[in-house]
Amino acid sequence: MLEHLVGITDLAQLDGFEELDIDTVEGLLDEAGRFCAEQLEPLNRSGDTQPARVEGNTVVIADGFSEAYSMFVENGWNGIAFDPAYGGGGLPWTLGVTVQEMVHSANMSFALCPLLTQGSVDMLMHHASEEQKETYLHKLVSGEWTGTMNLTEPNAGSDVGALAAKAVPAGDGTYRITGNKIFITFGEHEMAENIIHLVLARTPDAPVGTKGISCFIVPKFLVNADGSLGERNDVSVVSTEHKVGIHASPTCVMSFGDEGGATGYLIGDENQGMRYMFTMMNNARLSVGIQGLAVAESAMQLAAGYARERKQGRPIGADAGAAIVEHADVRRMLMTMRSHVEAMRGLMYLNAEAMDRSTNGTGDEAAAAASRAALLTPLSKGWGTDSGVEVTSIGIQVHGGMGYIEETGAPQYWRDSRILPIYEGTNGIQALDLVFRKLPLDGGNAMRSLLDDMSSVARSTDGGPLTDLGIALDAAIGDVETVATWMAGAAPNDVAAGATPYLALTGTAAAGWVHVMSAVAAQRLLDDGAGDTDFLSDKIASARFYCGQFLPRTASMVAACTAGADPLYAVAAERF
Amino acid sequence: MKVAVCVKQIPDPAVPGELDPSTNTLNRDDKLILDESDSFGVELALQLVEAAGGGSVTLVSMAPRSEVSGLRTALAMGADDAVLVSDDALAGTDALGTAKVLGAALGRVEPDLILAGVESSDGYTGTVPEQIAGVMGIASVTFAKKIEASDGMLSIQRQTDDGYDEVTCPMPALVSVTGGVVEPRYPSFKGIMAAKKKPVDQVGIADLGIDASAVGFAGSRQETVAVVDAEAREAGEIVIDEGEGFQRIADFLAELKVI
Ligand SMILES: Cc1cc2nc3c(=O)[nH]c(=O)nc-3n(C[C@H](O)[C@H](O)[C@H](O)COP(=O)(O)OP(=O)(O)OC[C@H]3O[C@@H](n4cnc5c(N)ncnc54)[C@H](O)[C@@H]3O)c2cc1C
Ligand SMILES: Cc1cc2nc3c(=O)[nH]c(=O)nc-3n(C[C@H](O)[C@H](O)[C@H](O)COP(=O)(O)OP(=O)(O)OC[C@H]3O[C@@H](n4cnc5c(N)ncnc54)[C@H](O)[C@@H]3O)c2cc1C
Repeated sequence: MLEHLVGITDLAQLDGFEELDIDTVEGLLDEAGRFCAEQLEPLNRSGDTQPARVEGNTVVIADGFSEAYSMFVENGWNGIAFDPAYGGGGLPWTLGVTVQEMVHSANMSFALCPLLTQGSVDMLMHHASEEQKETYLHKLVSGEWTGTMNLTEPNAGSDVGALAAKAVPAGDGTYRITGNKIFITFGEHEMAENIIHLVLARTPDAPVGTKGISCFIVPKFLVNADGSLGERNDVSVVSTEHKVGIHASPTCVMSFGDEGGATGYLIGDENQGMRYMFTMMNNARLSVGIQGLAVAESAMQLAAGYARERKQGRPIGADAGAAIVEHADVRRMLMTMRSHVEAMRGLMYLNAEAMDRSTNGTGDEAAAAASRAALLTPLSKGWGTDSGVEVTSIGIQVHGGMGYIEETGAPQYWRDSRILPIYEGTNGIQALDLVFRKLPLDGGNAMRSLLDDMSSVARSTDGGPLTDLGIALDAAIGDVETVATWMAGAAPNDVAAGATPYLALTGTAAAGWVHVMSAVAAQRLLDDGAGDTDFLSDKIASARFYCGQFLPRTASMVAACTAGADPLYAVAAERF
Repeated sequence: MKVAVCVKQIPDPAVPGELDPSTNTLNRDDKLILDESDSFGVELALQLVEAAGGGSVTLVSMAPRSEVSGLRTALAMGADDAVLVSDDALAGTDALGTAKVLGAALGRVEPDLILAGVESSDGYTGTVPEQIAGVMGIASVTFAKKIEASDGMLSIQRQTDDGYDEVTCPMPALVSVTGGVVEPRYPSFKGIMAAKKKPVDQVGIADLGIDASAVGFAGSRQETVAVVDAEAREAGEIVIDEGEGFQRIADFLAELKVI
């Protein structure tokens, strides 16, 4: 996929990625994979049964996590895609997400810790002063310190602009931060020696709403001028939540300023916090999509293994004693899982590749890549995590009754994945982002260019053995366009009403595009007699399954996308 | 201190292997990886050089098709360089032939200490290390679980059935390392990136002054005469405990002479 679909080695032509060749990619994936399988995966189930809990002024994390985290850091996996100027590996994000995927596949609760650090690094890289970067980035990039994102408050979730935490200038250039934050992932723990909280708060005269938000660095331990750790800051964990899944990942209620105010350092300018958040948002949202992919992959592997072992019933046409994998309906489930996982992976890697081209490319190409990345991001996050939950749910179903039993591990994947459509902007918000921000992006050209690319992929199958796939893709492209045209002229709440169905429609069509591309690449290799024949023909089979059975669904989604708001408001709110 | 480590690159044990029916040798067309048995030697070598406060670790491997994947893994762990012997004439080489080839390659490296695994994970004759020592005319110590070096001498704990022997021997020497005695480090990200640039000196048998007739199928005195499938596992006997279950299990184990 990396080689023939994404063309990862082409990225070597961009500034800064010269070291990339396919052997390096394989070497990294092999070793990262081995580390994940041997060190992180074995802690996944045990972590699930030892939820993070507050003890004294800290949070106790499940057995083994701290040691595994130290190893993760020592082996340098934390910083592979960060800036070499701060000790990072300087690899393309495209490769960064592949490693991230494996870490999440092995243990999503664990992987959340570095994921939040990633958000902090992105924010500081783009907007912090040189001095702040020197102070914090080296250790965040290495992972010796971890990061958090403190946005959410009881009255400010999807609407970040409603937040109330306060930041008052202390007169010495620093600020005193007070307020409460909720749902803060890895807000407190002792796996690393320091935690760098990034906190959104309001200064005294800030305008209301999102225009009055500033972003602050609030270290758990203040950092002395020589880089050593000083006194503990006035920030503490109040409690951790009891959650559906990701039990080993602490979700903390944080209190700032119980003793007068936590010391905070302003990033950039006052009231620019929301604008700054947007620069890191694409990366963070893609990473959440990657979580969906990662957990779905694990669920699929587990289900496939079970289906090959479990004997039950006599599959039609099979010998007595055949495993359930021979039942048509079990095959349907496995093919559904597989074709979704493959499409998710392709879509997300392409999304990452567009990000790399936008940051390390030049001129018009970089600008076009930025638009492409912006457009694909709500699909990766929204469609990707909805699919993730669906795939992990099917994973349970494949197991039958055992699927409902924790021992198998199948329920944990489903429970863990269930957060993904919620955080980092709910999927409802992703859908609104798609229709209100991304459809009109570049005067509609961002979507236009994606559809053109999709069409040319469909065209490339003409007359060949994959024509049926191309025809199915063409039809889906038509549905994406039909709704886009309707939305361009519709009233805002009618558009909002169709947003989520449209996210599903567009995601499905994009998944078809990925499948057709991948089938075309596989067919080319088969024709050339290159590569592993089974692997390549399986790719085509998966693509044909998706294009035959899921792509046609876009036609039936058009009605929901274009129905407008009336049907949704026909029942009055109080009568629900 | 200069340490050389013999590392065998083998087919991935996770992938079901196949024999070539015409030669009864293992099919080695896919990528070969570092034999886990040799990762312990690599780890010990790195530790010895660290403890000595300096030196180098050189890998020596004989493998088909200029295979370097396994060498890259060991280089990523921290080894400094490698010598790879790869030559079409080597196909079918037996353990003694392998020892001659490796001995010649090691002679060029001139190490103070040579480490090898006790036995490989795929061929596992467990004879190559001692034969290398024989070919090179140096001391051989087997089954090491701990190695210390000072003033040209090695002190080695040699694992036995009942415990361990303490052995001292002068350098240079060849020591085979028991599997599992240390925790091999993971290649770090930086190690993997650095490994790409580490030198791998690839040589053929001519470079080593070895004649093609001494190696390969031609020179091989070891022959696989027949291959039989392992007996299929039979269903186990189920002991239903009616109060005396423990006795029946004890009898069963006694019968197998394991207790
Ligand atoms: C396990 C976990 C970890 C988290 N980690 C962090 C973290 O590290 N840092 C952090 O700051 N936050 C974190 N969060 C918070 C998370 O980002 C929010 O819960 C999320 O943004 C939703 O906000 P909310 O809970 O207030 O839901 P609400 O905003 O109240 O949403 C409720 C429902 O209304 C819908 N809705 C809301 N507004 C709109 C709208 N404008 N249009 C259409 N529909 C709308 C939503 O889609 C949703 O279905 C975490 C949450 C959880 C559960
Ligand atoms: C073209 C070609 C084809 C080959 N085909 C086969 C094959 O079909 N089956 C097979 O088992 N081997 C094959 N080999 C490898 C070689 O012939 C074996 O290494 C040799 O027979 C040793 O047997 P063993 O695995 O029993 O060694 P053991 O004595 O069990 O190995 C003990 C230790 O000796 C060292 N050692 C052994 N072999 C090597 C090596 N090659 N390079 C570096 N260190 C080594 C390692 O440290 C190992 O842990 C092939 C080699 C070449 C070049």
